Amino acid sequence: MDKHEKRVIFASIGLMAFFFLAVILAVSGLGITVPDCITDREPFTEPEVIQLDETHYEVHSIARMWTFDPPVIEIPAGATLDIFLTSADVVHGFQIESRAVNMMAVPGQVTKMSAKFDKVGKYSIVCHEYCGVNHHSMEGVIHVRPVEDMPAREVSKAGSPASNATEGGAKL
Amino acid sequence: MNLREVAMELDPKLKRLTLIQLAVPVTLLIVGIGGGLLQALMRAGVIQADSALGLGYYQGLTLHGIINAIVFTTFFAIAFGNALVSYALKARLNMKVAWISNILMLVGTLMVAIMVFAGEASVLYTFYPPLKAHPVFYAGLALFVVGSWVAFWNWIPVYMRWRRENPAEKVPMAVVGIFATFIIWQICTIPVAYEVLVLLLPWSLGWTNEINIELTRTLFWFFGHPLVYFWLLPAYVMYYTMLPKLAGGKLYSDLAGRVVFMLFIIFSIPVGAHHQFTEPGIGSDWKLLHAFLTFGVAIPSLITAFTIAASLEYAGRKRGGKGLFGWFRTLPYLDGDRYLFPYLFVGLIIFIVGGSTGIINASYNMNLIVHNTSWIPGHFHLTVAGPVFLGFIGMSLYMVEKMTGKEVKLKKLAVTVPYMWLVGLFIFSFGMMRGGLHGEPRRTNMGMTYLNPDSPLYRPEWEFYVLLTVIGGVILFLAMIVYFAVFFQTLFGEKTTEEKLVFPLSESYHNERAGVFANFKPWVIGAIVLILLSYIPVFIDVSRSTSSSAPAYNPHLPVPENQISGGSTEERVTESDGTASDKEKNDGETSEDGE
Repeated sequence: MDKHEKRVIFASIGLMAFFFLAVILAVSGLGITVPDCITDREPFTEPEVIQLDETHYEVHSIARMWTFDPPVIEIPAGATLDIFLTSADVVHGFQIESRAVNMMAVPGQVTKMSAKFDKVGKYSIVCHEYCGVNHHSMEGVIHVRPVEDMPAREVSKAGSPASNATEGGAKL
Repeated sequence: MNLREVAMELDPKLKRLTLIQLAVPVTLLIVGIGGGLLQALMRAGVIQADSALGLGYYQGLTLHGIINAIVFTTFFAIAFGNALVSYALKARLNMKVAWISNILMLVGTLMVAIMVFAGEASVLYTFYPPLKAHPVFYAGLALFVVGSWVAFWNWIPVYMRWRRENPAEKVPMAVVGIFATFIIWQICTIPVAYEVLVLLLPWSLGWTNEINIELTRTLFWFFGHPLVYFWLLPAYVMYYTMLPKLAGGKLYSDLAGRVVFMLFIIFSIPVGAHHQFTEPGIGSDWKLLHAFLTFGVAIPSLITAFTIAASLEYAGRKRGGKGLFGWFRTLPYLDGDRYLFPYLFVGLIIFIVGGSTGIINASYNMNLIVHNTSWIPGHFHLTVAGPVFLGFIGMSLYMVEKMTGKEVKLKKLAVTVPYMWLVGLFIFSFGMMRGGLHGEPRRTNMGMTYLNPDSPLYRPEWEFYVLLTVIGGVILFLAMIVYFAVFFQTLFGEKTTEEKLVFPLSESYHNERAGVFANFKPWVIGAIVLILLSYIPVFIDVSRSTSSSAPAYNPHLPVPENQISGGSTEERVTESDGTASDKEKNDGETSEDGE
């Protein structure tokens, strides 16, 4: 094999190794990761928003033809939101505008991602998987409100069916 | 084309079969390409409707995907393979077997097409359950795939005989390439055949009630990624074995081609979970492993980029090109007598962008930004609708010309098609990809909601990017009008010369011993080992994370089919613009009010 060709093969391997290293750094250094395999939760049938502590919320979102339940998720600015997602019927998508939250809602499965919302505003959730004839109208909203505007909410009751989480945060 | 090449006498039976295998799918492309234009217009809201010309948006999208990406590509790969194996190994195929394969595929295509046209299979070409299609749709898919296996099995005895009779010779590169293509196809279609025949077909017939959805998705993507190499490798065969000669030179390295095809056999299958990064049910470590292996499959393409560029440089210098880049100016870009050159060359240029964006998609956490956005179709139009499509339509024209003895008409127009395609595709894909980065979902009739100023979901910031996809889509459509004119004028024109079986096969500049790359066996074993290592943990994860299975759903109704008491067809929800009323859970009797 001629020498230029050998160099190209080594350079190709080097380039791909470099890209992979960058991915590993983004996982370990920046903590950007993809949904994992969840085996300790059953798919829920009731939508719920749970306040775990002052800045930590958990939502149980159910995707169904052709809406998200709850349709609007209200949290205060600065809150971190753990999103647990399942589907009540067919496969749906769940992508939050300008956040690296991108999940598939698959019936029979529970999935989870988290995001922090510092800026006040409405963030739309788009269903990005074809889910039947009205797929294009399936949208939800995360409404991030100023802290002082948040209605008083009961903090989560310990032992509420779905908060027996693996890493549920401090429960009050 | 008047390249000096040893022509072979053409078996008239092979001629008849090949012409059917080329002309039927190219005719179907009229629907597939027309559908593409309609979708671009509807998606952008230029045509604001649930359906146009009697085809629903998602019904049309199903047709577009199945005709262009499955039917056209597979028929072509088989017609090309039949002719190439006969020519390169100087042997006649068993025409009975070849016809059995063709009939299975034609009947399968017909069954699928009827069901999609009837509106009984608007499930897109990925047919994800629990959205359900008519059982005839699944049976048609299965027949089609089995037919493609039979075509491949028909080449194996011819290959074995040639090896026995020529023990000292290297297998012609063209045969190595087309066999690599179909070895990958044979392995990867087994799980999807299992999905279709064992899981989906009985379920759609109502014999089983529920199926495991994540399992079907994992089986599908076991097939779904190798599928793209099944598309791509026939184009690679043309790049390695024909493009250098068309350019007026030689293949820079014979060994590089053999290394590349064997690496594809190893790496193209154990990577499917990179389509499932955002899915539940698969551990993130295993997703990372699949990302790693996907980076492995980029290496043969990077080698190809060098080898083919070096071959073109060699040709350019032979044609009198001087200096560092002077050779680039001398290649036959618009030579009507070598019209195949621009079809292949332009495909290569497109694939530089298509391949790079693929590496982005494979990059694990970076995939969170692009998954299921319009970035993804933007990307894969640069692969399957770029090098693959241009190579296939160019070679279809070439094979028709040679096998009928009818010289291509309108050669000057024929060479403009790839360049028009390049311009249209870059504009289209740029719009799709940039829009995707801004959050546009894929496979969505956005004209009804996101790009409808009267809808509460309206997103004015997406308007510019969809405008680009419309402009690009119109240019692509015009390019295909020109192609159809050339193709059918040639096909129905008068015979000008002798019918023959011939391909412009290149010689090699460096021609070394193939060594360990001479045999498929070690590479097929390697592929199987790697598949087991990468997929066993994935299937274990899927089975331990699945809590329940799912019943069947009709895409028109938000209730399972088994809860609908008869007459469901009259009670379909009409498609609407997503105001509050239809968001309420409809059940059978209230579903008529969906606006």
